[in-house]
Amino acid sequence: MMGDLYRNQRAMRAMRQTAMQRGVIAVLDVGTSKIACLILVLDESLDPENDEGIGNLAGQEKFRVIGAATTRSRGVEFGEATVLRETERAIRTAVQAAQKMAQCRVDHVMACASGGRPRSYGLAGQVQVEREIVTESDVAHVLASCDIPDYGADREILHAQPVNFVLDHRSGLTDPRNQIGQRLACDMHMLTADRAPIGNLAHCVRRCDLELAGLAMSSYVSGISALVEDEQELGAACIDMGGGTTGISIFLKRHMIYADAVRLGGEHVTHDIAMGFKIPMNVAERIKTFHGGVVATGVDDRDMIEIDAESDRWDGERRAVSRAELIGIMRPRVEEILEAARERLDAAGFEHLPSRQIVLTGGASQVPGIDSLAARILGQQVRIGHPLRVRGLPQAVTGTAFSSAVGLSLLAAHPQDECWDFELPLDVRAARPLKRAVKWFRANW
Amino acid sequence: MRAMKDPAPSRLEYRMKRLMLRRSMRPFRRYGMPVIALATLAGLWAVDEGRRESTAALVAELRNEIGERPELVVRMMIVEGASPELAASIRESLSVEFPVSPFNLRLAELSEKVLALDAVAHASLQVRSRGVLVVEVDERVPVAVWRRDDGVALLDKTGYRVASVPSRASRPDLPLVAGPGADAAIPEAVQLFDVARPIRDRLRGFIRVGERRWDVVLDRGQAIKLPETQAVTAFKKVIELDVAQDLLERDISVVDFRNPQRPVLRLGQTAFGTIHDG
Repeated sequence: MMGDLYRNQRAMRAMRQTAMQRGVIAVLDVGTSKIACLILVLDESLDPENDEGIGNLAGQEKFRVIGAATTRSRGVEFGEATVLRETERAIRTAVQAAQKMAQCRVDHVMACASGGRPRSYGLAGQVQVEREIVTESDVAHVLASCDIPDYGADREILHAQPVNFVLDHRSGLTDPRNQIGQRLACDMHMLTADRAPIGNLAHCVRRCDLELAGLAMSSYVSGISALVEDEQELGAACIDMGGGTTGISIFLKRHMIYADAVRLGGEHVTHDIAMGFKIPMNVAERIKTFHGGVVATGVDDRDMIEIDAESDRWDGERRAVSRAELIGIMRPRVEEILEAARERLDAAGFEHLPSRQIVLTGGASQVPGIDSLAARILGQQVRIGHPLRVRGLPQAVTGTAFSSAVGLSLLAAHPQDECWDFELPLDVRAARPLKRAVKWFRANW
Repeated sequence: MRAMKDPAPSRLEYRMKRLMLRRSMRPFRRYGMPVIALATLAGLWAVDEGRRESTAALVAELRNEIGERPELVVRMMIVEGASPELAASIRESLSVEFPVSPFNLRLAELSEKVLALDAVAHASLQVRSRGVLVVEVDERVPVAVWRRDDGVALLDKTGYRVASVPSRASRPDLPLVAGPGADAAIPEAVQLFDVARPIRDRLRGFIRVGERRWDVVLDRGQAIKLPETQAVTAFKKVIELDVAQDLLERDISVVDFRNPQRPVLRLGQTAFGTIHDG
């Protein structure tokens, strides 16, 4: 089981190395409502001085966005590709448009998935240090010693990140190598997701003649781009309100320590509007984005919205609803989403963190008034998080809906250590051949 | 809502676009595709035969017009570096009608015609300013007269035939050579002729024997047989002997120097009789 995981993830890691050498990598955010594709040039020698006032922030000076494209997502429900042919077409559209803007061909792509019912596990492992000084092989040993729970046969490990190292009662080490100690322990955060959606996404990417160079959870990567450094250090939750799912990730000491997802999102709001007013989905989406809100005031009663503006009905009937009615439909659903997120945060023990900052991001967080509503449900420390400014990013792609795409490009430039980055210790790897050799000896002598 | 076209590219279109974006396709995109487009346009235009012909006619007319302009037309020819007789024969062989357009003068053909004349070693033709065709030739200078069965010819210093002459008497200043293969050894013959200056009045000619060595023939039927190699040295010795001891004045019919270590004299009839009688 462990060996299989190592093979898959290491193959993707090797692909990412190749992409780094070529200097061009694409980033693909396959969401329920839209697919975003960014093309990055990775170059160590980019001059940070002369570029639109972006300083040396969070290591994002190493890359530059040269192509960006967004297209409407097709065949994706709850962040999972259900009609693969359609999803593949949408990916092709996005990739081709981004390539056209970049005037450059990409072969390697990092993708992020928002569906697949992510589940978090906290693992712990402990070994005796071989010699006095902790070496790389000790780190590999301690990571391998974490006993992996039975997470289900149809699930796949997306992330397995060492979060904390403990060396003889000294906790909070990020890099124990070359330190002196006897007993090395580690905490690892492991994130699993359903195998089928992940496999479908990989299949769609492969059908577009692209090599998958990495997979990430979208709630994780949007946390990377929407949280500022202090929030990541002191503890914060990022709620990525997408089209079909709402991802939740909790960060502490610059590591993700928990991730979850609620299968509710902005498309449900649209759906409610369409059902409530008996209008097509596209009209509902339109009036939601133009006139939507969650906090009604007195003036909204007199603010009438034409909802059949483009209708070609035979009797020429035109209907109008007040904005207060629209808010009356939207608000319960948004409250439901936020309450579901609240439940997940409570279940994760979010109230024990030193700082309880909550950052809302994602496309559905653009609803006016959501910050005051969220403050009522989630607590006072709520803000809307826009993604980090990244060199070369077009203005149209700087909204909250693109925080996971931007976060994925940050991850591509600065990958987080995963447990498969360390060589599997020899005794674990060699266990099976050695066993076979012993068996052979027993049988023959 | 009106139905929208699927914005997604087909798989083939997607692949073609990606192919075109390859780095190795960049020269093709920059140069290949414009060239192909222009060639296609030109080809489509030239499909019609009438258009092709009219273009050809236009080009020909333009050419004529330019060639007949007074600044360009060629009016006369000058031959440089040739004797008057050779110049006359060059003019005759070229037979260019002046005035003529420079486009109609094929200088390569004309220069071949000039080179076809035996007396011309090198020729260069140029059209210079003010409509002058200049023919510069290196004339071959005859250095020997070669008598053969079918006539008498003049040879230059490389043994190349320059001209025919009616008889040897027309160039008495040049040495007479004879025998097959004599033209291949003209430089040696010229050297021998130089050495023979003291006996120039008695010299009749040189005969090439067996395409390998020379016989010097004097009057009164005397002959000097020279070796294959170092013939000039041997001939010098003979001349020295003649100057010191009047060798050739005596009644000797053949001086055989074919082996320089062992020269042999053949006496004449009278001398032979005198020795026997004495």
